[in-house]
Amino acid sequence: MSNGYHIVVCGSLVPDPLQTLEPVMAPDGPGLKNEAMLPSVLDPWAAHALYEAAHLAKRVPDSKVWLASLGPKPKLQQLMMAVAQKAPFEFVAIDGSASGFADSFETAQALAKAIQSIPGLDRDRMLLFGGCSSASRDAGTTLSMVGALLGVEDQFLAVDEIEPDADGGFRVKERVEGAQYLVSRCAGAPAVLAWATGNLPEPPNNPQIGMANMRGILPALAKAPSVGALRGGLRFESVETPSQRRETRVVKDAGVEEIARELAEWIRG
Amino acid sequence: MAKTLILIPLEADGTVGKAARDLLASALAADPGADVGVFGKGAKQAADVVPASASRVLVAGGDGLASPTAANDARACEALVRASGSQLVLAPQHSRTARCLPLVAVRTGGRIDTRVAGISLGAETKVRRWYYRQRMQAAFTREERPWFLLLESGALPAAEASAGFSGAVEEVSWEPCSRTQALGTEAAIAGEQTIRPDADLLLVAGAGWTKKQSDGQTHVPEAEELIRAFLRATGASLGSSKSLVDQKGEGAVISFLTHMNQVGQTGSSPRHPKGLATCCHGEEPHVVGWRFIGERRAINLDPNCGWAQGKADVLYVADAFAVLRRLNELLG
Repeated sequence: MSNGYHIVVCGSLVPDPLQTLEPVMAPDGPGLKNEAMLPSVLDPWAAHALYEAAHLAKRVPDSKVWLASLGPKPKLQQLMMAVAQKAPFEFVAIDGSASGFADSFETAQALAKAIQSIPGLDRDRMLLFGGCSSASRDAGTTLSMVGALLGVEDQFLAVDEIEPDADGGFRVKERVEGAQYLVSRCAGAPAVLAWATGNLPEPPNNPQIGMANMRGILPALAKAPSVGALRGGLRFESVETPSQRRETRVVKDAGVEEIARELAEWIRG
Repeated sequence: MAKTLILIPLEADGTVGKAARDLLASALAADPGADVGVFGKGAKQAADVVPASASRVLVAGGDGLASPTAANDARACEALVRASGSQLVLAPQHSRTARCLPLVAVRTGGRIDTRVAGISLGAETKVRRWYYRQRMQAAFTREERPWFLLLESGALPAAEASAGFSGAVEEVSWEPCSRTQALGTEAAIAGEQTIRPDADLLLVAGAGWTKKQSDGQTHVPEAEELIRAFLRATGASLGSSKSLVDQKGEGAVISFLTHMNQVGQTGSSPRHPKGLATCCHGEEPHVVGWRFIGERRAINLDPNCGWAQGKADVLYVADAFAVLRRLNELLG
């Protein structure tokens, strides 16, 4: 029997962090102004999880990576043009809302259902990867609930490192309070690993990987099930952008001595 | 008001952390009839930190909770929630609760919301939390119960309560499992550049420290020494922009910076009273990473830097190398 991992990375799209975001209230709940037009990126934490998954799959023979993404189909297609070049994976698409205002449990249910229907996925060998948070909802609960719905009890949050053992187990480092790592040993898959940033830089684009991935991405998008708005029992009363503008005093013509003295006084004060 | 359980995790040394103690006091002031649940090894002994005014205290302890694992913590918390029968579960935002309570929410048919910045308890519980990395805040409620809420410090009005619960403590049994074993903790980064959440000042180092300077050369070793000397002199916490941390894969780097130092979109949003950003021109820590910094100053070479204008209180247009060199002399 093979010892490789079946790594399922859950990751969706978020608005490009450099975009200005303005909330709007609609009858069915809040959203973002011009949301459909905003350029998107793969959620940064999920991206780290994907790079770590690809790295782990390369180290452990007979491993395979799936990327499960929930978002509006046209935006997923656009996103995959960039993401597909980063790492080899098989794509699992779910057509639905990627809004930060969607309910994390509803989102988790949709993802769990999609993962259950992945052909060839051995859930006894499954490592469920994703971000420890997101740049949209920022709740840090979705992946954990996907794991719970799939019956996976061994879960790790804010992971920066995984080190597989020869016997199928692995050591994990999770970020905890006080700039510390909690180091744990897990007997092996199945497990949930919600990644912080990990330790790997963003891989360069690889057009060959991109072309190989795209062969599966378009059919996956074509058969993506639709799951809707995923609001659950949430009732929003208001959403607003707090004023954050400060009156900046620009000090242009002061010498180094003057600036250093002013700063020293400010720091001591 | 829905029946409430205040769920308190123990730290690795068996104590109750400050945020959890504050939550105990403020939540019991808001809802004096709430149950209190404590989980962790030695929970029964730790129950004496529960305010004397509490009406019911449940504990889940045992060797299986000596170190935090999702599986055992979730089993213990599930037992506490079921024993309490509460519809509203309040817990501090803590690595231990964040790891295990989503599992408990699924198993009990409930829902969970985290990083709650404000809550009003009453006939209808309403919460406020940030979305899109602290860019907007929403107020909402939800129908599903039990409702698990992880509260940030200050989400409830502060209250004082004297510890010393002297009533009967109810021990709740649960079944441990052993697929994961916590081996211990280790420092993510060591030495003088360690993150210090309790520091008065945050120094944010931007990618400019590794770029070519006016002489056409990079001065990375000098940058490292200046930053180190500044940290030694001030005891500041050290943050970094994402672009500087990401250079790990590219060559010239500040050797002691890791992703643990990163502030901003994928980093932390620290809460120091003062922050000084250096060489962060064109980078975004001012927007997200600085949301909760009190007084903010920045040193960079671009007076029109869109990331500092309107975000910093003072922007010094100067060479950060020269300013920090002199500043270290003054502070040293």
